[in-house]
Amino acid sequence: MPTLRLIEVSKRFGRVKALDGVTFEVKDGEYLCVLGPTGSGKTTLLRLVAGILKPDEGEISFNGKPVNEVAAEDRNAVYVPQSYALFPHMSVVENVMYGPLARGVPRNTARDTAMRLLRMVRLDKRADALPKELSGGMQQRVALARGLASGADLLLLDEPLGALDARLRIELRWELRSRVKGSGATVIHVTHDQEEAMSVGDRVLALRGGKVQQHGTPYHVYASPGNIFAANFIGGSNFLEGVVAQRNREGSTIRLRKGLEIAVSDPSHELDESVIVAIREEKTSVQPPSPQSRLPSLPGEVSEVRFLGSFVRCEVTLDNGDRVVTKIPIGRPGHQLTRGERVSVVYDPRNTLVYEHPPLGLRRELEAY
Amino acid sequence: MTEGPIQMLIAYLDAVSSKKWAKMATYASAILFLLAFILIPPVLGITFKLGLVGQVLRDQALMARAQSAILWSFAVAFAVASLDLVAGLPLAWFIARGNSRLVNVVDALVDIPFIIPTVALGFSTLLFWSDPSGVSGLFGSKVFSPGLALILLLHFAFSFPVIVRVMVGELLSYNTIYETAARTLGAKMFTIARTVTLPMLRPALVAAFLLAFARSLSETGATIMVAGAFENGPVFISNAKNSGLEGPMVLVSLTLILTSLAVFALIRIAGNRLRLTLQRVWPKIEGELSSKGSVRARDSLTFLVFGLFVLLPSLFITLPAARALGDGTILRALGGEGIWSSFWQAMLLSYVIGIIATLLNVVLGMPIAMLIARRRMGRNFTALLEAVVNVPIVVPSVALGVSLSLFWSSFGFLPEFWIMVLSHATITYTYFVKAMAAAVEGVPEEMEETARTLGSRPLNVFRRIVLPLTKYSLFSGAILTFTRSVDETGAASAVSRQLKTAPVLLVSWVKGAVPASSSDIALGITFLVLTSFASLLALRFIVYRRR
Repeated sequence: MPTLRLIEVSKRFGRVKALDGVTFEVKDGEYLCVLGPTGSGKTTLLRLVAGILKPDEGEISFNGKPVNEVAAEDRNAVYVPQSYALFPHMSVVENVMYGPLARGVPRNTARDTAMRLLRMVRLDKRADALPKELSGGMQQRVALARGLASGADLLLLDEPLGALDARLRIELRWELRSRVKGSGATVIHVTHDQEEAMSVGDRVLALRGGKVQQHGTPYHVYASPGNIFAANFIGGSNFLEGVVAQRNREGSTIRLRKGLEIAVSDPSHELDESVIVAIREEKTSVQPPSPQSRLPSLPGEVSEVRFLGSFVRCEVTLDNGDRVVTKIPIGRPGHQLTRGERVSVVYDPRNTLVYEHPPLGLRRELEAY
Repeated sequence: MTEGPIQMLIAYLDAVSSKKWAKMATYASAILFLLAFILIPPVLGITFKLGLVGQVLRDQALMARAQSAILWSFAVAFAVASLDLVAGLPLAWFIARGNSRLVNVVDALVDIPFIIPTVALGFSTLLFWSDPSGVSGLFGSKVFSPGLALILLLHFAFSFPVIVRVMVGELLSYNTIYETAARTLGAKMFTIARTVTLPMLRPALVAAFLLAFARSLSETGATIMVAGAFENGPVFISNAKNSGLEGPMVLVSLTLILTSLAVFALIRIAGNRLRLTLQRVWPKIEGELSSKGSVRARDSLTFLVFGLFVLLPSLFITLPAARALGDGTILRALGGEGIWSSFWQAMLLSYVIGIIATLLNVVLGMPIAMLIARRRMGRNFTALLEAVVNVPIVVPSVALGVSLSLFWSSFGFLPEFWIMVLSHATITYTYFVKAMAAAVEGVPEEMEETARTLGSRPLNVFRRIVLPLTKYSLFSGAILTFTRSVDETGAASAVSRQLKTAPVLLVSWVKGAVPASSSDIALGITFLVLTSFASLLALRFIVYRRR
């Protein structure tokens, strides 16, 4: 299995730069999830690694060997598109045999390999069915078996769960990961669903506008988002604009609009520096106004309450006009709040993150593209 | 502002179109036309003279000639369609997948034999291969004399664009994600084409083969020009008609009608059932065939075949036509001297018939196109409708002409002109209906339903939504119908008694029925081609201006 490395890879389509100086590495047997919004360059990245597209700049290497000039059919990197592209005129087993046959494996051996992989994905009894006779989940498993049967070193999965309904998508996430990990293949899995990326990837790479925003383990990316975009796209966050008013070894105090202040644990920013404070939605809670709270809080008024099944999404307009969203699990105190009620938004300074104020403004930074 | 009478009429028709009886009446009249003019005359006409068939059955020599002609018709059509498929696919692939600058040029050149009337193509092919002014001049003797070989060359040339056009369209609309997936599974391009792309495009391959097959089976005028003493079905029918042998003419026409319908049904059923299983892959050989060098060699061979056997024979007529400009023929032609007076009458007749046949088909073919596209009467009835609509292109046009002529002549009061109009309408009906049905199918039905829920009446929905979205196809269908009618030779020669359309007249010039020089023939054909081009350009101009 190869170590895949991309160094400063860029790709343009006319005037649009789909990928811009992308550098990262995927280790042998690793499951990497590439996460990004529509148009962030995820599929382009996958097609470049597969050899379907050629980079304009930069180098792609497998095990240290540059493969920029190696044709797609010679890379041993199987591309599985969102539609799975199962050949509709071939039976399930013929689809799975296709890769071995194309590489010159004798027919009997190819069939044995195909049947072994079909057993692995529990579809050996449907070997003679046509793809159209299978459900979406089954088709996904055939596509996986086909990729593995070809002896691929690298599996490139483009939104592999995207064509399935929401419930099945969640059910198959873990199954997909365990089957692929069991085969020992190296995987790049592209998705726009941050929950999916978090739950299947050994590591997550966040893309935006063709540039890598962050790369790390799911926990790292979630707990320490490297920039405002990552903090917003990977798990929801509240963002408050302010200026550093005080700083000491324990942290800083940020002055928000109209004199409201928020305590943060990060002391690294200079006094009077314009900053953005981010707090995860689920790391805040709402209480009735009370001066005896153990944790610091921000006063405000409930402006919207939405029931979302297992939790309530409560939007509070702070006294300075800023808005903060908090998620309250059903059954916890505060889940029966009503609009107009006075509350305190309670937070732990250790759960706050502080970023430099972006030159193009907060709104631009939060946009997906 | 008060409404004019036309607006009032449209408003009334819009309102009435909601009524069930109005819809029924529209569709019933279209189906009645389909039965009365498209299905019954070709089927029934031939049965009027079945009694004459006995004459042939008793004459063994004549019977053998008839059998041989019919067999050769199918053999030629099969050979030509197969060769066209083999030679046309690489060119279609080059046009659809190539990134060379030549793609646009080749794409335009492919259509030339399609646009030129087959009569012109026949004469051009004859000159190119067997006249001293063509390639025969280079070798000092005739390369090909009129006969079977020349028929094969001619049919190969005019059927070639059919295959290329159909396959280019299919390859362009084909989802290349399957090829991408196959490439990353390790397959080379040749393997992918053989095991993935072409098997998936099997319905299109069958359709393209059938179209080329039908075109070859049906062609009459140009075939007569290059046939010499050789006879296939249409040539036999034409010779029998000229010799006054009605019995053989009826027998061969009936046999051609029945066998062509049977063969078409068989190919379609067999083609759809045929399943190409993935037996073997030869990675080394197919890898070699996918290499750049092999692709270049294949493209070069494809261009050579296309240039030598399709393009040059099609365009060769421009040489004698240019000569006609300098040797005084043009002055005699424009002055209407000698044989030219009958030529201009024939041209006028061709155009008048073409216009009336097109109008008839537009008005009466439209509701059938809607019925087919929207499957308003269920799947089985729609399949039946489609089969009936296809009859005029499946059956060889000269055989169809014989049957139509017999049918309409039985109505003693019908003048020859109207028999010709009705025959041309039948022959060209399929082209309009198929073009319109495909276009209407492309308009999502939800649009019509949404417009209805917004308060529009059915006719209003058709006028304001369907028609604007399909007007390009409407004009294209009308252009195709018109040019097909003007160029029609087979059925026209079978129906013709006193009146002669331009292609029929030109065939008689080539066959020496009237003393005409090669300059006369070339110029006559050029006029036919030019006027066809002019009408095409005029109609296209209207389409683009309105768009």
